[in-house]
Amino acid sequence: MPAQLLQGSDAVARSAIEAGCRFFAGYPMLPFTDLLEAMARLMPGAGGVCMNAETEIEAVNMALGAGAAGARAATGSCGQGIALMQEAIAEAALNEVPFVVFNMARGQQDYFQATRGGGWGDYRTICLAPKDVNEAVEHTQLLFHLADLYRAPVMMYGDYLIGHTYMSVDMQRRDYGPLPPKDWALDGRRGGTGASRQIWTWAMGKANDPGPGPDLHWQRIAAKFEDVARAEQRWESELCDDADTVVVSFGSAGPFVSQVVAELRADGLRVGAFRPVSLWPFPETALAEACASARQVLVFEVNAGQMIDDVRLSVGHRVPVRPLGRVSIDFSGMRQGEILTVPWIRERVRAAMNETVMG
Amino acid sequence: MTEVAQKKVASALAPLQLSGEHHLCPGCGHPVAWRILLEAISELGLEQRAIGVVGHGCYTNIVQLADIDFLQCLHGRAPAVATGVKRVHPDAAVFTLQGDGDVASEGLAEVLHTAARAERITTIMLNNGVFGDTGGQMTAASVVGQRTKTSLDGRDAETHGHPVPVAELVAALAGSAYVARGSVNNAGSIAKSKRYLKRALELSAAGAGFTFVEILTMCPTGWFLPTAEGPGYLEGTFEQTYPLGVLKDGPR
Repeated sequence: MPAQLLQGSDAVARSAIEAGCRFFAGYPMLPFTDLLEAMARLMPGAGGVCMNAETEIEAVNMALGAGAAGARAATGSCGQGIALMQEAIAEAALNEVPFVVFNMARGQQDYFQATRGGGWGDYRTICLAPKDVNEAVEHTQLLFHLADLYRAPVMMYGDYLIGHTYMSVDMQRRDYGPLPPKDWALDGRRGGTGASRQIWTWAMGKANDPGPGPDLHWQRIAAKFEDVARAEQRWESELCDDADTVVVSFGSAGPFVSQVVAELRADGLRVGAFRPVSLWPFPETALAEACASARQVLVFEVNAGQMIDDVRLSVGHRVPVRPLGRVSIDFSGMRQGEILTVPWIRERVRAAMNETVMG
Repeated sequence: MTEVAQKKVASALAPLQLSGEHHLCPGCGHPVAWRILLEAISELGLEQRAIGVVGHGCYTNIVQLADIDFLQCLHGRAPAVATGVKRVHPDAAVFTLQGDGDVASEGLAEVLHTAARAERITTIMLNNGVFGDTGGQMTAASVVGQRTKTSLDGRDAETHGHPVPVAELVAALAGSAYVARGSVNNAGSIAKSKRYLKRALELSAAGAGFTFVEILTMCPTGWFLPTAEGPGYLEGTFEQTYPLGVLKDGPR
């Protein structure tokens, strides 16, 4: 398939449909709105359904119902809307219903929300943070695969830049390998046969076929997420082998940091970049290895310091970990503010290197 | 027992019922509603099209006790979840089973939006005017004067506000195709409620629109009454606030 020039939201919508998504529900909220509009435009032609839900709570529960019925389903929102959805995201993790949540965030201030969750119970949410539109297209298809593989809701951490940037993208369907059959999905056809199905967070089962109950069921889910934590760590590491300083960033901040590293390398500075591609599970081993020779780790994130907790947990006390970003939002409150530029980051990395590495 | 006598006695198990224990109290109206729901599904031949989406309450136990595909969902959200199920399986007979706490309190937005959307599902609201599962607190559907653990001297309109008549609200929406309110406090009302359920399930499965059946059920435990006084209290108190009958048959 030839490359196409597409706006990010449009590209993500097309990639979701290419991945077999046939149910989407959302409630308008910038910068997620464009994805909802793209789905409303494209889904009918694909034989699918796009619901302009009346609330975010209803949108995510519709996606839960569609996922329980066996469809590849998705929803999305940002910030406050994702906050409203956390109850159902947690519930779906515990009753094992897969769907994808497109979190087109207003900036990077929702790292905790995306990686810790605000729902209830012992659950985690797989969360991928693409650096650009091309990676968002790839992650979209991967997320539907991971959701089905682990029977769990999963999340993309996108933002205004991902949603609004035009990029030449490759839209072909990716093959991530075989998946287990959805023999658990509800279709109503086994009623009265003694083999009807049930989706229930408490997993009590039927009177003729008792389930494990909440204690064992939730232990199994916790064990499942331990497996996911080991198997699904993704990252990108650049020039870290001989680096005195490693700059860690996530999502659409990544390309800015890569450019900074290229420019400082040209000046002879030994600096590398590390980007967690999966925010959960956080690639802690790979980050610790990338920082093995470093004398400092700088964390550039456009927020008051959230991912830095995961960085510190990964590298421990061996090397100092310093924040490089801050709260920064534009006048509309919808997107990253003034600090997300190559010069701003470059000068602060250079200053930190002069202070620590050179000094 | 002779063959003739056997015919007059209802089977101990309803169709589609699985033999097992439940935790409902003596005098509870829910099992009667369960039974007529299962009979309605069976008599309409919807056994292998039915998918139930069930909220949180004493009635949730039906998920274990009926041989139907069930999804137990978050409190109040059943109509939204059922929307997703129905849009994926348009030929399925999708219904929600919820209590008054689930529909009138936690999930009023969900039921009204789903009705307005003319979603082809049936919502069944078992209304006993009290949070039975949590031990007898006031819901948005508790009637004026009703004593609960959070309205100790009885629900007072000045202090606690007025009950929400969900059936009337749903009937006012153009997307609802059928709305009825029945009861299970005597043989006649049970038979009528079963007819309402059959009509509602038949219409939504046939694509006529959203259908809604409210069934008033006894909760002597949550009403703090002797078991035998449940049916009489229901008639004397609940039926005064919530008149029985068909509110709407056919799109407005």
